Amino acid sequence: MTDEPRIRYAQVGTRAVGNRLLDPEQRALQSDPRRANAITSGHRACRGCGEALAARSVVDAAMAAAGGRVVAANATGCLEVFSTPYPESSWQLPWIHSVFANAPSVAAGMAAGLRAQGREDIRVLGQGGDGGTVDIGFACLSGMFERGDDVLFVCYDNGGYMNTGVQRSGATPPGASTTTTPAVPGRPGAELSQGKSAPLIAMAHEIPYVATATIADLHDLEAKVRRAMEIRGARYLHVLSTCPLGWGSDSALSVELARLAVETGLFPVFEARDGEVVDVTPIRRRRPVEDYLRPQRRFAHLFEPEPQRDVLDALQRRADRTIARFGLDRHA
Amino acid sequence: MPRLLEGSIAVAQTVGRCRPDVIAAYPISPQTHIVEALSRAVCAGDLGDCQLLNVESEFAAMSACIGAAAVGARPYTATASQGLLYMSEALFNASGLGLPLVMTVANRAIGAPINIWNDHSDALSQRDSGWIQLFAESNQEAVDLHVQAYRLAETLSLPVMVCMDGFVLTHAHEPVEVPDAAAVDAFLPRVAPAQVLDPDAPQTIGAMVGPEAFTEVRYLMHHKQMAALDAIPQIAEEFAAAFGRDSGGLVRGYRLEGAETVVVAMGSVLGAIEEVVDELRDDGVPVGALALRCFRPTPAAELRAALAPARRVVVVEKAMSPGTGGIVGADVRRALDGCDTRVHDIIAGLGGRPITKASLRTLLARAREDRLGSLGFLDLDRDRVAAELARAGTPTAPGGHAAQALAAAGLWEEDA
Repeated sequence: MTDEPRIRYAQVGTRAVGNRLLDPEQRALQSDPRRANAITSGHRACRGCGEALAARSVVDAAMAAAGGRVVAANATGCLEVFSTPYPESSWQLPWIHSVFANAPSVAAGMAAGLRAQGREDIRVLGQGGDGGTVDIGFACLSGMFERGDDVLFVCYDNGGYMNTGVQRSGATPPGASTTTTPAVPGRPGAELSQGKSAPLIAMAHEIPYVATATIADLHDLEAKVRRAMEIRGARYLHVLSTCPLGWGSDSALSVELARLAVETGLFPVFEARDGEVVDVTPIRRRRPVEDYLRPQRRFAHLFEPEPQRDVLDALQRRADRTIARFGLDRHA
Repeated sequence: MPRLLEGSIAVAQTVGRCRPDVIAAYPISPQTHIVEALSRAVCAGDLGDCQLLNVESEFAAMSACIGAAAVGARPYTATASQGLLYMSEALFNASGLGLPLVMTVANRAIGAPINIWNDHSDALSQRDSGWIQLFAESNQEAVDLHVQAYRLAETLSLPVMVCMDGFVLTHAHEPVEVPDAAAVDAFLPRVAPAQVLDPDAPQTIGAMVGPEAFTEVRYLMHHKQMAALDAIPQIAEEFAAAFGRDSGGLVRGYRLEGAETVVVAMGSVLGAIEEVVDELRDDGVPVGALALRCFRPTPAAELRAALAPARRVVVVEKAMSPGTGGIVGADVRRALDGCDTRVHDIIAGLGGRPITKASLRTLLARAREDRLGSLGFLDLDRDRVAAELARAGTPTAPGGHAAQALAAAGLWEEDA
């Protein structure tokens, strides 16, 4: 990376961009005008898009860790669509999109191709949404994990197929209304199933690094990318990414909702190495799940016209179980 | 010196001499011996830094090849049948992105019903995938085509499929000359890829293209395929000069001079066809054969030049489009548009059924008597079909399409 600033911040003196009022060493990379800015402005993401924010932080952090020597494979999805409307591209790093289901395999092929050419200084990043990761791309992802391909794969989880119009995915939270799990009287929206935790399944492969993060804590997100990049082999990062369109939430609340997902215990933030959890982010101020659910239209049917107590209780129990399982309550 | 080798082993040795950087494959019969032999070579260190990826599906195999090609590496994979279908989405993607790839297809039927034996249903089902499709008549040609395929793929930056008949070729032991390693190196110099993911010159590959430019992108794909029609014979010529063997190219005529009837086919069945042609020629019957060596792109001008002088063309093809008929035959008809030459599609050899010289002789006798329809099925067991139709009670209205098709299919069988 050059020392020449790439970015001119319009805002000054706020906490908005990576805590620029902190001492320089404590600031997030996003506050550094010399960061790679690997996804430039002008792309077509919605206002308040958590995925755009998450991806920029992840890619910039990966670029910083690898001295700018990063190539990326992207699954089909919002991130791909909003960033590359021909003839424009937001990507400032070498980037390929093949199809929906194969980003982990394309990335694996890139890593193998670079290794064969003796160019292992170039690091490989794979990325996709939750549909491309936990559903249609899951076989490719598991194969990449199992072989130990030298790829950091990042899932930006917004809990559904938002690009195609908010359909249910394997990562849609129970109780959420989507266009294929509509909330009709007597039904809760998305099934109250046990769900599908891609990070836990990734850990079952005993790959060297698995972590979760959210857009509510950019320091943590960047640090996890940095640590992932210190390791070779298959690594997985699962980032909760707010979607104002699919969640029916105020775009100004994107960061706040991600924080509430953590503080309610619905989304555990942790780090695992070789299949074992080695660190968790404790919940600072525990909140009831309703605080997270109420601001989102996808959960409105749980409160109106009558509160669906049984569903809300089930979701609270789910959060309690997650908190206990990962030891997220520092006061417990 | 030619050595007695199994087809798969000869192909594997040749692919090894093409110095692939990444081999990603998934097991499926009858492709397995090729990849097994390459795996042994990689693990023995015979292929230098070549990376072997034992992937979890054919879809992943093709996807890994796409990734490898995108970073400027030389990839290889092989598949067949269901495996080719399973990678179909990635096939279209590889050609759309214009990536240089080479893949062996050990041609095999597609189920249901599941069948592991040879026909061309797999490759022909992918005829619109944007891949060059070359068909080998022998193991020697299969070997030679792989060297030419890499040259072609990297010259035009597009993917090339080398099709060889499953079991019939892959598992057959024949004397084969594996191209000399140094000569292959000279024939396949490393060329700078047309596009590569390089941190020193970042580019975006695979952007979203809307109605304003999509037609143009597809037209350019077509144009590249047309350019391949010039490149394929040129590369075959250069190969002949370097290795002293005629293989590849677009079409190859056999005893076409004065032929009233010409049999068109692809792959190993040409051997039997040429023997029958020789026997009939000995009897003074004016027949010839035309090997279609390049199925995609369609060498329409070459087909027309070779076939227009004939009275009739019998296309013996190992695949069909249910509800339509022949696939190669349709291409031949289009190539002969406006000519008086009649075209008969004969579906033969499906799911590994042998195409015998006796059946071919009967077929050609009927052709000479002008008793072939536009679509026929070689050696169709009409009793079995009739029994199943009766058992299933499939409605067949008198005079309707289905009844007419039955009559047409039985036409030349009836007086057997």
